[in-house]
Amino acid sequence: MISRLARWFDSRLGAASFARKSIDKVFPDHWSFMLGEVALFSFIVLVGSGIFLALFFNASETKVVYEGSYHALKGVQMSAAYRSALEISFDVRAGLFMRQLHHWAALIFLGAIMAHMLRIFFTGAFRRPREINWVIGVTLLLLAIFNDFTGYSVPDDLLSGTGLRIAYSVLLSIPFIGDWLAFIMFGGNVPTQVTISRLYGLHVVIPFIILAILTIHLMILWRQKHTNCPGPGRSNQRIVGSRLWPVYSTKFVGLFFLVFGAISALAGLIEINPIWLYGPFNADSVSSGSQPDWYIIWLEGALRLFPSSDLSIAGHTVPGLFFPGVLMPLFMFGIIYFWPYIEAKVTGDHSVHHVLQPPASNPVRTAIGFGALTYLLVLVVAGSQDVAAVAASTQVDTLRTALRILVFVAPVAVGLTAYFISRLVRKSDAGAA
Amino acid sequence: MIKAVCSLVVSIAAAAAFLVFYWNDMGTASLGVSLALAVAGAGAGLVFWAHDLMRDEEISEDRGSLASTEEEIETFLESFTTGEKKIARRKVLGWMIGSAAGLLGLGSISLIRSLGRSPLPVLFQTVWRPGTRLVTPDGNPVPATIEQGTMMTVFPEGNVNATASQTILIRVDESKLRLPPGRSNWAPGGFLAFSKICTHAGCPVAQFEKTVNILLCPCHQSAFDVLRGAAVVGGPAGRPLPQLPLYVDSDGFLRARGDFSQHPGPEFWNRS
Ligand code: FES
Repeated sequence: MISRLARWFDSRLGAASFARKSIDKVFPDHWSFMLGEVALFSFIVLVGSGIFLALFFNASETKVVYEGSYHALKGVQMSAAYRSALEISFDVRAGLFMRQLHHWAALIFLGAIMAHMLRIFFTGAFRRPREINWVIGVTLLLLAIFNDFTGYSVPDDLLSGTGLRIAYSVLLSIPFIGDWLAFIMFGGNVPTQVTISRLYGLHVVIPFIILAILTIHLMILWRQKHTNCPGPGRSNQRIVGSRLWPVYSTKFVGLFFLVFGAISALAGLIEINPIWLYGPFNADSVSSGSQPDWYIIWLEGALRLFPSSDLSIAGHTVPGLFFPGVLMPLFMFGIIYFWPYIEAKVTGDHSVHHVLQPPASNPVRTAIGFGALTYLLVLVVAGSQDVAAVAASTQVDTLRTALRILVFVAPVAVGLTAYFISRLVRKSDAGAA
Repeated sequence: MIKAVCSLVVSIAAAAAFLVFYWNDMGTASLGVSLALAVAGAGAGLVFWAHDLMRDEEISEDRGSLASTEEEIETFLESFTTGEKKIARRKVLGWMIGSAAGLLGLGSISLIRSLGRSPLPVLFQTVWRPGTRLVTPDGNPVPATIEQGTMMTVFPEGNVNATASQTILIRVDESKLRLPPGRSNWAPGGFLAFSKICTHAGCPVAQFEKTVNILLCPCHQSAFDVLRGAAVVGGPAGRPLPQLPLYVDSDGFLRARGDFSQHPGPEFWNRS
């Protein structure tokens, strides 16, 4: 049977030799190499659950009066989009499960991408020849963040509506072209009649772009082969691991099911984004203690910490929002994008690397990485400063001042600590060897 | 072996349970748990299988070289330049194709213009006019008798859905007012009206701390001093909330003297 099938394909595509090389391919094994796979698997769950949801969701801002089975909102005026999200949650069989599966998968998708990226960064896996896949990976991260934001916004609930309004204002703040950009993106002064349908259109199209770029990401990985952790017998010339067929492929499929299972358990047991509690979007209300999803909180934190600072230039204004909302993230992602080139330029190391570095063996890079993470962490705290201030029973003003200092001091302190610890570890490793 | 078998037994049982739960509409938790056990059981089964039964020796293999040989590169470049020369012989045709493509590109990019109308007049417009009556979100006019310390959201009469015109009405002790110059008659009886759209990033400014007469934006905690014309006293907002001048008409209802003192909402480049 298999033999007939193989012959059928080979006589038409000549695929046997490629297939033979492929199933014999050697894959290194290390738990941290699975993070990228987790991202890939949650993407599959996302697409599957997303197709289910798309069959019910109605991206329309037409005002309707709710008459469905959720009593607390009976008779309330809302958009048709919000009503269809309520219907999915309460009236479609397995609908709420699918919504939660989709949301949890999205969060795990982003978390896994970020963890994957940190692994690559701290072990120097982005060095030549893999700079190209680093750049593609960062692009995927940006697309994923953007698409999570669109998906989070389309139910048209009060919580996500607040986020949309802020996103609109951030676009509006760009000098020269901000007003046009914001109007072109949102179709007018938010809230407009077309915002939800536009975001929904993007939300459905972007996964195809992600899929295309992801395919390139994996093809390049296939061509360049994995890196190896340092160890006996591993060098720039040799790769050590297990063959794709049968062991690696079996584990790969097994891991997919495990990830799928974990997301299902979360989706079944832990409520996420209960839009019925937030209520429909309504332009003159805001839910208190409102916060965006975690992957964008750092940006929200930057908006909160940046001081009041509108600039006037010859009768025009550069809104203070522009600096933390646009310039800072552009600068940050610029550095992330070009990191492999920046590092190669500074160290003068342009040679090919297939063996990873333990983080401690490169104290400067490790210090920079920890500093950057600390910076983001302070911004995340700032992004929930109102909640945090209540929890710590201080004034928001006091907390804000403290965070404004911390955002400069903490990254340096943590970075220096990471630097010295790395050097100690490196020294003791060298002594042990 | 035994581990793999156990996992797969769990998987089969849970998959059956999932079917039962779904067809009886048993709810989110039962679906989630049964599906989780079904797929994770299968996954664990596969992983155990791979570990126990197919114990694979570690393989070490030559990576080979990614780069092609110098000779291959040379041959490629040769073929390419031969073709390039043929194209370059007809420079004019190349230019013409280039400009057609460029113009068509511009044309297709121009299509994004359809996505939005011109922002400029719109961003300055509200529907407040001299004499417009203030009404509650239900459309009732607001009498000049409400108590000190109250805050409410009001709209221009006939336009309770005009979001750019949403306004906060607050009554404070008139003797404490320290409004900017030129606004002495804007707050009759201590009635103050400000745009409800935060000048920082457009959230509705929803919290009023009446003991200190401060308006707080819940989004990034900008604070505005109501008595001083909603001047910024904390947080990231860059300018005061625009004030709506008021008067009390002969029937005792509040009306606007005109539009806001500035355009409402977040700041942008073209403000002049
Ligand atoms: S929107 Fe009000 S403080 Fe940012």
